Amino acid sequence: MNDAIQAITMPKWGLAMDEGTVVAWLAEENSLIETGQEVVEIETTKITNVFEVPFGGPLRRRVAQEGETLPVGALLGLVADAEVSEADLDAFIEAFNANFVQQAAEAEEAAPEAQPIAADGFELYHLRMGTPGAGAAPIILVHGFGGDLVSWLFNQPVLAQDHDVLALDLPGHGRAVKDLGEGGLPALTRALAGYMDALELDKAHLVGHSMGGAVAVNMALQQPQRVSGLTLLAPAGMGPEINMDFIQGFCQAAKRKEMRAALEFLVANPELISRDMINESLKYKRLDGVTAALDRLSKDLFPDGRQLTFSDVDLAGLTVPMTVIWGEADRILPITQAAHLPASAAVHRLPDVGHLPHMEATAEVNRLILSSLEG
Amino acid sequence: MAKKSYRQAVNEAIAQEMRRDNRVIVMGEDNAGGMGAPGEDDAWGGVLGVTKGLMPEFGRERVLDTPISESAFIGAAAGAAATGLRPVAELMFVDFMGVCFDQIFNQAGKFRYMFGGKAVTPLVVRTMYGAGFRAASQHSQCLYPIFTHTPGLKVVLPSSPYEAKGLMTQAIRDDDPVIFFEHKVLYDVEEEVPDEAYTIPFGEANLTREGDDVTIVALGRMVGFANEAADALEKDGVSCTVVDPRTTSPLDEDTILECAEETGRVVVVDEANPRCSMATDISALIGQNVFGALKAPVKMVTPPHTPVPFAPELEDAYIPSVGAIKAAAKEVAEYAR
Repeated sequence: MNDAIQAITMPKWGLAMDEGTVVAWLAEENSLIETGQEVVEIETTKITNVFEVPFGGPLRRRVAQEGETLPVGALLGLVADAEVSEADLDAFIEAFNANFVQQAAEAEEAAPEAQPIAADGFELYHLRMGTPGAGAAPIILVHGFGGDLVSWLFNQPVLAQDHDVLALDLPGHGRAVKDLGEGGLPALTRALAGYMDALELDKAHLVGHSMGGAVAVNMALQQPQRVSGLTLLAPAGMGPEINMDFIQGFCQAAKRKEMRAALEFLVANPELISRDMINESLKYKRLDGVTAALDRLSKDLFPDGRQLTFSDVDLAGLTVPMTVIWGEADRILPITQAAHLPASAAVHRLPDVGHLPHMEATAEVNRLILSSLEG
Repeated sequence: MAKKSYRQAVNEAIAQEMRRDNRVIVMGEDNAGGMGAPGEDDAWGGVLGVTKGLMPEFGRERVLDTPISESAFIGAAAGAAATGLRPVAELMFVDFMGVCFDQIFNQAGKFRYMFGGKAVTPLVVRTMYGAGFRAASQHSQCLYPIFTHTPGLKVVLPSSPYEAKGLMTQAIRDDDPVIFFEHKVLYDVEEEVPDEAYTIPFGEANLTREGDDVTIVALGRMVGFANEAADALEKDGVSCTVVDPRTTSPLDEDTILECAEETGRVVVVDEANPRCSMATDISALIGQNVFGALKAPVKMVTPPHTPVPFAPELEDAYIPSVGAIKAAAKEVAEYAR
């Protein structure tokens, strides 16, 4: 292969992704692209996302056509300097495609899978990516109400390039046990602590979304010595308001239309809610014990439709570095609740983003998480 | 999540329900291992191995081999259901319904109604159906329309492994007699199936594709064919919705009618013979309720009105094909008054 040519290939966002559709090119052929520039919009079965190419240079060829569906790893475009001839580019494409079938088969076998793990009496599932020991402290990704470890599909692989990154299913969620034990935040926090014990992690950087953010904060309050930092995405527990139309809609949804209506509350642009997201949510809801677990959690965490909140004194006493990311268009937990955060928290407000910043503004959130590790 | 076959999915659903509820029993020809056969370590698990492994785990008390007398053991299963057990009985091939139909439609199907709502009959009859297995005309039919015709019976046609497990779990937990149709050509099809128990409610159609131009309603094995046709048509610029009703009784009329109304162009694919079938039933439903929204006549894709041929070439020609579904969808898409 010609080293002067860099290939843009179909990214793999999450375990379930095996192909993607090129929705639109965001850069013209022969234009100069910068490292990290948003170059191509790709639709997966889960959600549509913008792919940031991890290198720069002149975009010489847009090999994939808009509307084309291609497997993970397939050639999308070529970046090369002007001195590389058109014939060299053609030769590169031919050689790439000849090798591609075999690569795809190998990648299939190597894909990491979520594993069961016992955490202080809770049977959980988790997925570990990256290299144990890489980075200052491992990163643990904690999902929100009704979510699971797959919620981090756009983040975990990127963060894992230079870090040890773990994502877990909390009790009642994903493939974890559906019995919540004592319930509420105490049970979820105990599960997280037990999970760290099971992996013999003394300390971790916790990234928590929504309810997972409240779990992370609670962990930092109870065992501050085990939390090196917090990155919170629209964290729960910062104010009493919560959109109960979403909570009840999600808990009660049995049909596609009902589930779509509930999920649309989560994002600023409802078109982001894909068929598969609806299907996966319905599949989760059909599992034995899920409805009871969600009803229980909702009673524990939002009794009478109001969130239990952390006290200002507790929050002010948190000494771990804290970065907070909140979408200005969040319709589940209003961004005004960010006012309750301690003054030490670095708050990033994202315009036109709803309650799922890690999916709606993946690139920016990944950058913020990485920079929060350094802070 | 592990990939599992349709066969494993059905087996896992039964095993999990047997562990959860000791009233669940299994009975049928060779379901345990065949009386007099070498025994426990050699269980057949039914003629195509669906119940394999159940007898070693649950014992002969709960996994019963029956004589080759469908009228006797289907009747016994109906009676056991009416008196407190939750039997899963295997009517090996639905083609054999002729010798046990009284027990099903005239007894099990009517208990609740005739005993003033005081009797429940939590019976599941598992049965194989469908062509494409080179098993000739007495082992290849799609007789679900006959059961659908009878009030008091619920009729289930899982189209994939995920569907099979959730619908079987629901069938066992349901208090009415359920006829569960397993397409024998699907047994080795694999997909991701959760390890945990889950239920898919009856009477709720699934949309396996969503499009704007044509609605394809398909049942059982035909759902996969319709998906293939829809994917190919998408490339030709025709976008299709594929509706899998999952159960023919109860039938999710609302979803079928909504989709028909949205696209105004409908193809119904049914592997059963064309007279008095789900294809005619669903076509009539659409014609009667959303006639004003139709932009083309409803097109049916079915086999001809003949027994299933034994000659492989003829059997292949008999079964509705992906090509036939594509052609029908194209025809209704292009239809102009």
